[in-house]
Amino acid sequence: MSSTADLDLVVNGERVTAPARPGDTLLDVLRGPLGLTGAKAGCREGECGACTVLLDGLAVNACLTLAWTCAGREVVTVEGLSRDGVLSPVQRAFVDAWAVQCGFCTPGMVLQATALLARNPDPTPEEARRGIEGNLCRCTGYGRIVEAIRAAAAAGRANP
Amino acid sequence: MSESTRPRGAVGAPIPKLDAPERVTGRIRYIHEIGLPRMLHGAVLRAEVPHARIVRVDTSRALSLPGVRAVLTGADVPLVPFGHGRDNTALKADFVRCIRDEVAAVAADTEEIAREACRRIRVEYEPLPAIFDPEEAARPGALRVWPEREDNLAFNYHYDHGDVAAGEAESDAVVEGTYRLHYVTHACLGTSGIVAAFDSDGRLTLHSVTQVPFLYRRDMSRIVGVPPEHIRVIQAAIGGGFGSKLDIYPYEPIAIFLARATGRPVRILFDRGEEFRDSPTRQPAIVHLRSGARRDGTLTFRTARLLLDNGAHTSWGATTPFVMMQTFSSLYRVPHAAFDAEVVYTHNPYAGSFRGYGNLQATFPIEVQLDELAESLGIDPLELRLRNAQVPGEVTGQGLVFQSCGLAECLRTAAAASGWEEKRRAYAQAGEGPLRRGIGMASMVHTGGGAKIYHSDGCGTVLTVDDFGSVTLVTGATEIGQGSETVLAQIAAEELGIPVDRFTVVNSDTQVKPWDVGVHASRTTFIAGNAARMAANKARRKLLDAAAEQLGVPAGDLEIRDGDVVRASDGKVLTDVGRVVRKLHFATRYDVVTTTAYYEPPSAMQDPGFKGNVSPTYSFATHVVEVEVDVETGVIRPLRVTAVHDAGRVINPLGALGQVEGGVAMGLGYAMTEDLVIREGRVLNGSFRDYKLFTAPEMPEVDVRWVETADPDGPFGAKGIGEAPAICIAPAVVNAVYQATGRRFRSLPLRPERVALELARGEGEE
Ligand code: FES
Ligand code: FES
Repeated sequence: MSSTADLDLVVNGERVTAPARPGDTLLDVLRGPLGLTGAKAGCREGECGACTVLLDGLAVNACLTLAWTCAGREVVTVEGLSRDGVLSPVQRAFVDAWAVQCGFCTPGMVLQATALLARNPDPTPEEARRGIEGNLCRCTGYGRIVEAIRAAAAAGRANP
Repeated sequence: MSESTRPRGAVGAPIPKLDAPERVTGRIRYIHEIGLPRMLHGAVLRAEVPHARIVRVDTSRALSLPGVRAVLTGADVPLVPFGHGRDNTALKADFVRCIRDEVAAVAADTEEIAREACRRIRVEYEPLPAIFDPEEAARPGALRVWPEREDNLAFNYHYDHGDVAAGEAESDAVVEGTYRLHYVTHACLGTSGIVAAFDSDGRLTLHSVTQVPFLYRRDMSRIVGVPPEHIRVIQAAIGGGFGSKLDIYPYEPIAIFLARATGRPVRILFDRGEEFRDSPTRQPAIVHLRSGARRDGTLTFRTARLLLDNGAHTSWGATTPFVMMQTFSSLYRVPHAAFDAEVVYTHNPYAGSFRGYGNLQATFPIEVQLDELAESLGIDPLELRLRNAQVPGEVTGQGLVFQSCGLAECLRTAAAASGWEEKRRAYAQAGEGPLRRGIGMASMVHTGGGAKIYHSDGCGTVLTVDDFGSVTLVTGATEIGQGSETVLAQIAAEELGIPVDRFTVVNSDTQVKPWDVGVHASRTTFIAGNAARMAANKARRKLLDAAAEQLGVPAGDLEIRDGDVVRASDGKVLTDVGRVVRKLHFATRYDVVTTTAYYEPPSAMQDPGFKGNVSPTYSFATHVVEVEVDVETGVIRPLRVTAVHDAGRVINPLGALGQVEGGVAMGLGYAMTEDLVIREGRVLNGSFRDYKLFTAPEMPEVDVRWVETADPDGPFGAKGIGEAPAICIAPAVVNAVYQATGRRFRSLPLRPERVALELARGEGEE
């Protein structure tokens, strides 16, 4: 209802411009004008992690991040992880470990795991669990997800 | 079909979930991503008071908001009663009877405008007295929720077998207690929603998250007045089901009415607050249980009296006694049993179905009380359970036929894997300091192949092998994340001899897929699996006959392996299935390889006394939980869960593992953290901040083991696994906490503040 202005961002490596209102969250802009619906709105109040994206390489809740604070910054969504139909190592590991059931938490989990492995390439199971603490999953009990993170870490060590 | 239960390759393999790539890339479309041209957005206004007469609804300030296209109240739509008790309507015209009641609805250009318009609707209520306590509501002369009824009794159930008095007379020990099970909610990560669109002929397409598309279509037809054959249900990817989408909820017909009123597609999406406040809950229950045993531990009788809060309207929660009584009658061998349940109306929100369908509420009292019996007899809890465990071939008092039964094996395996004996002994010495440990166990039985509550509990399949050797499996079954599409492809692949990676599974459109009852009662692997296997078997025979004719050799000499037609004797590749199908098209028969099958399980509808073999098979499990309790803070840390399941032959070990781990997390939540707080009819904690699911670091190590009985009627011996893993965690936790603290909790959840308080009150029983 309030007026929009053009917001410039770098999303998945591409410069994009999207109309955004002052109060819009990054999640609103991604899912709305940019049509990047991989980030999910599980709660819109910072409690579930389904909206996790990478902002300048750090995992953030897109539902709590005001879009205008992201002007000119780099955003990576789940759509930006696979290239030419090839899944990222974390995505691959999630598939292979059956870390996905309904999949609603999955994009956020995958990005959280990607950020975790970027700062800690060889997490212990405990560290992997703590890394995804802010991401809720109702389906898996997290066991397969932790397994996937460890497998992706191992794959990363094998092919650095 | 039983020519071979020996897996050849696909069955038993840890094949990744077929649709996982669509999900990890964020490409799959949930209801939130379904948009149609010119689509409007709907929002619903709900009651602000739990019981009131609606005096006036003033919609003028909503209608005047730019972007608002329609506003509907109870005066504008047909009020066809629906739900199991035919006591709910899409909108409420005269009275509201719970906070969830829908009073008005808006369609607007954006969701934001629709919600703002709802806020502008002024409803004048005349508040009326309300009743929230089911025990009070059950008393004679209580305030009636539905004044036109004699009392608040919505439903009652009676079941018995044997002679309880005789059983009691034979008992050396009798224990009894009252157990209280609380409200919890599904809290699916993907919130609910619907998109409704009419075409120019008045045909209706629903993009829906229903778990029961065909029953949904039939029932929706009556509510909205569109012939069922003019309703097409397309299931969006479902962001978690767990039973929450087994019924029709008012927001769904409301979306249809809005679409009709505006002539445009309408989408309604729940936000998280609505998901918590306005979705069905698990059925709460008050259970009075009494049971006895002989000195040697043989169970003699069990009687249960239950009181269930129906809320103001009736969804499936009211029918959970149907499943509960199976557990009361048949979890362990009980020669004499009686069960009475009363379901009473109150002005509370209403319960639906939730993974386990009443079985958590039934297993909890039984398994907690078994430990009390064990203690009073001086018998180890494991020993007591083993003494009463059923064996394969047993027919229970209720007439359930356990043609495969690994209960005793589950108990033994769980005990061995968890170090039961040593730990039980070690933890029996009360520790020093505030940290105390304990270990507890519980078992469960649950339908492993559906429940025949309709005249058919079947599923249809259409299977095509195409001219390049790919397979399209069109199944009536519904995928809610559990992995049915993969398991069904594995079963058909095994039967056909064509690898799983050549399969496409189609399962989401009533215009395309054949009929099925829906995803519930842990029926899909068994029933849709058998249907897929039947269709695959027909296709295999057709392919082999065609190949035999084309090659000029007897069909009996041929086999299909890995998509090739080979000579059975030495495996020499003679042709491939794509080629066989191409020749069938062009040269020999002008035919296709498309087969159909409908599988009807050999189960029975129960008689009016609830006797009969309601499911073709049953699954069993034992869970052992080790806990550490801080007796000062009341914090309970689950250290390790050993979960042993008899789900027959395991079709996909990774998928099955995920079912168990997820069920354990849900069960632990039920036991320890999840508590939907409802006071005076209002949900007080409608957010993930205040309604606590287990997070990854809080989850204990879960050791999952299988007792692979081969069910004679299961597809390759398989049984259902969907619900079982959530069912018997809570009593195992309570039993472990008892060993750790000497305090026997008879209600849930064991939240720290409560545990600390009760422990401070001293040892003993709640
Ligand atoms: S949607 Fe952002 S944390 Fe839940
Ligand atoms: S897979 Fe369903 S919420 Fe995680």
